[in-house]
Amino acid sequence: MIIGLDVGGTHTDVVLLDENGLQRRIKVATDASSLFDAVFSGLTHITRDIPADQISHAVLSTTLTTNAIVQQKLPTVGMIVTCGPGIDPEYFRTGEHYYLVAGAMDHSGREICALDEQAVKDAADKMKAAGIEYVGVVGKFSIRNPAHEMRIREIIAPMFEKVFLGHNISGSFSFPRRIATAFLNASIYPVHKNFFEAVKQSLEQQGIDLPIYILKADGGTMDFDTSIDFPGQSILSGPAASVMGSIAFAPPDAETIVLDIGGTTTDMAVLINGIPVLAPHGIEIKGYKTLIRALHTQSVGIGGDSVVRVTGGELTIGPDRSGPALAYGGPEPTPTDALFVLGKAGEGDRQKAENGISAIAKELGLSTEQAAQKIFDQTCRRILDYARQTVEKINSKPVYTVREALHGHRINPTHLLVLGGPTPQFAQHLESISDYTVHMVPQWDVANAVGTALSRTTCEVTLFADTYKLEASAPEEMFVQSLKPGFKLADARQMAEELLKKKAIREGARTEDLETDLLEEFEFNMVRDFRMIGKNIRIKTQVRPGLIHEYRQIAEKIPRDPAC
Amino acid sequence: MLKARNQTGLIFFPAYDWAISPTHPEREERLLYTQDQIFEEGLFDIEGIRELKAEVVDIEDVQRVHFCVPDARSVMTESHFISAGGAKTIGRARMDGLVDRGFALIRPPGHHAMRVVHGGRGFCNVNNEAIMIEYLRKAYGIDRVAIIDTDCHHGDGTQDIYWHDPDTLFISMHQDGRTLFPGSGFSKELGGPTAAGTTLNIPLPPYTSEEGFLTVIKKAVLPILEDFKPDLIVNSAGQDNHYTDPLTNMNFSARGYADLTALLKPDIAVLEGGYSIENALPYVNVGIILAMAGMDYSFMTEPDYSPQRLYQGSSITETIEKTCEQVLDTWRDRENIRIRMQENVIYDQRRRSVFYDTDEIFETQNETLHVCRDCSGAYKIDSSADNGNRILAVHIPRKACRNCRDMGYKWFEETDMESYDMIILQNRPEDQYQVRKK
Repeated sequence: MIIGLDVGGTHTDVVLLDENGLQRRIKVATDASSLFDAVFSGLTHITRDIPADQISHAVLSTTLTTNAIVQQKLPTVGMIVTCGPGIDPEYFRTGEHYYLVAGAMDHSGREICALDEQAVKDAADKMKAAGIEYVGVVGKFSIRNPAHEMRIREIIAPMFEKVFLGHNISGSFSFPRRIATAFLNASIYPVHKNFFEAVKQSLEQQGIDLPIYILKADGGTMDFDTSIDFPGQSILSGPAASVMGSIAFAPPDAETIVLDIGGTTTDMAVLINGIPVLAPHGIEIKGYKTLIRALHTQSVGIGGDSVVRVTGGELTIGPDRSGPALAYGGPEPTPTDALFVLGKAGEGDRQKAENGISAIAKELGLSTEQAAQKIFDQTCRRILDYARQTVEKINSKPVYTVREALHGHRINPTHLLVLGGPTPQFAQHLESISDYTVHMVPQWDVANAVGTALSRTTCEVTLFADTYKLEASAPEEMFVQSLKPGFKLADARQMAEELLKKKAIREGARTEDLETDLLEEFEFNMVRDFRMIGKNIRIKTQVRPGLIHEYRQIAEKIPRDPAC
Repeated sequence: MLKARNQTGLIFFPAYDWAISPTHPEREERLLYTQDQIFEEGLFDIEGIRELKAEVVDIEDVQRVHFCVPDARSVMTESHFISAGGAKTIGRARMDGLVDRGFALIRPPGHHAMRVVHGGRGFCNVNNEAIMIEYLRKAYGIDRVAIIDTDCHHGDGTQDIYWHDPDTLFISMHQDGRTLFPGSGFSKELGGPTAAGTTLNIPLPPYTSEEGFLTVIKKAVLPILEDFKPDLIVNSAGQDNHYTDPLTNMNFSARGYADLTALLKPDIAVLEGGYSIENALPYVNVGIILAMAGMDYSFMTEPDYSPQRLYQGSSITETIEKTCEQVLDTWRDRENIRIRMQENVIYDQRRRSVFYDTDEIFETQNETLHVCRDCSGAYKIDSSADNGNRILAVHIPRKACRNCRDMGYKWFEETDMESYDMIILQNRPEDQYQVRKK
């Protein structure tokens, strides 16, 4: 059996699944000031009376690191940065302890300026004196040649608790994002490590010894040990949890928009034949643009608790939330209150909802019922507008080859998958006002926890091969290998595939889940002095985000309605 | 916080699956390291810099500029359609106010492509800038356009297209034609009798350095631009003046290109040549983008940059100063020059040969311009290529007078088909392209 736990803003959802479907589900209130209690009580409740050896592992998605960044509750960390020509690196300063030292590689990984080791030592001394324990080390083009980053770590490692190297984090370009990503990893490292060690320890004290996996923003999982080296991957896993919870119910041969309608926001994602679309770069949080791989999700300020107002005779909904709906004791009218007026909502104070909506109705010159209908209708239409924009954004992504530009596939979703709070009411209306076929995700109110439980371990590998230098390297993997003459694209593909599988297994994947994709493949003739000297090969592969093997058929086994 | 002062649009279309031949300078690898540098700098993440998606250009857009023989699809590959489409996209974004400035980093290039196209020459088949400009004129009603060509090779294609257009100022600065392909672009090349002076050439001696290029911009280009008052400034931004370029002999630098761009303030820049793919292009392109965006580019120098080594000798400086004076004189005297050229001339004849080096085609042209006092004049080109194709190309200019329109129609309709495969009419006032075949 597998446990899935997803910490949300108001509730923490926990499910217990086996091959026969959903065995248990619980919701506990989330107290943002004590996430530990939510996680610990969720895990102990769901495992009550179940022998520990029946549970294979637990997958957790928490808001821990996300909150720490958003609320700026981070320790002071240091950065050592090297770079050659380009934008003034001072623009990327992360804080007081940001040290630029001489040393540079060019775009092809050639050293263009030697590393100033003395400057590295001086910077380390200053950071040590300031009590810093966690350091990020980033070089421009370090993914083409990580020698300086590695040498810096060699010099400073004995002085600090943990050092994060830029080229290990991602094989993608973007020096500013590499800096931000290393910085965030160093910053959230202690909070992440302490939290999960405490969870593990407390569970062990209860006699529950569970392998723990952490959900990543790309909808994949990583084992606990991997997460200690890459805590940044746990940032913003929440939206991914809902997407993964819905893919089992997506049509396998159509394009689908996933709508997770929450209280404050609606999160949107796109599935192509049941496979989620990845964001082109990485997540953005609190002004930090990163290289942390993520599903392409978009969060828009409209949900069940959005504030309803009349401004200049026009009805507006959101983007803010000032509390729950009036019917639940909140301060302002919301779309949820409109549902109460329309008799489409369950338990709550219907009178309060009516009072609020009738005030809106007066301003609009409508009956209370009409106003409620208009509010609900407009909410649905806004959500559909945003959904179209999300698709348009994916379709407007520039492409770099003739083939892609001419035959570039345009996404044209025909289905909606709805989950979140007031799913059935929304699903019905969304279908009636659009051309989409609308489905509800079964167990829509805990689908996020189901998704968390069933996600497989994912990872990515970037491989560069240069048949002139006769060298292949995979920056994230600390992999460098000399090549034999005659090395070809097919060999590179195979090499990348092997590295990817090895990495995935190391990070907790099982062989039956290694469904891989070739994300990018380029081969360029390198010509110098009008003579072909070799080939420059670039390959990016991934383990595709998806559900673990034996649970693929679980869709049919999960009852539709929340009661279980 | 890093922010662009000017909203800057970028089209990046490196055509990673197109090459003239595997080892040709114009090959897939050309913009690879530039892409790496642009991505590594995180340029697309900067607030105010946005990446736009290149569209595929329409045949009508090409026909507004070129007479393609036998037709556009035969002389253009898919890459050409997207490359020209990229220029069009950036032009539209500028006119729609989406961006203040735009830079199309596209390949294949276009500035050697002339009015009549039988094939590829100087790595170019169709003229990306002209296709964009004529589209903008039609769609947005702009009139006066200046094209400043800073590629190291003379922009002979653009010059040919605008030879008779007094509303398009074409200034090309390039390595002296006596020392480099295409062997033209001398200061006596001024445009036809109805447009003399709006074509200006500034040949530069080999080994011209930053000082020389910036002198030309400050002393000649900027004053002329101020006088001409264009609605739009377009920069044909070739990058082969770089001191590491394998095909040329100049001493320009990334920093110099950025300075030039900051001085020129083009609305739109379109990439042309530049074949030092590892040691120049990554740095020059980032420098140009930063300058377009109005950002600090003081850290953008090549790893081996040395101003001392690139110092420009005093004889070069003197030559350049003299050329600038000459060009300014020509510009100021252009009305008189036109009057002199038009004296007692009703039809101006131009006879020349064009060699398409990429496709190894040899073409002979006989051009006849009606030297009109009311407009820039209709003209026809009798063009025969040694591959057997012969056409008569008739051009009625955008602002043609009644008389020139009628003349154009008459040439098109009444010329005997006997000697030609096709007679083509490019009717700009009606925005029509008509073909008569045997």
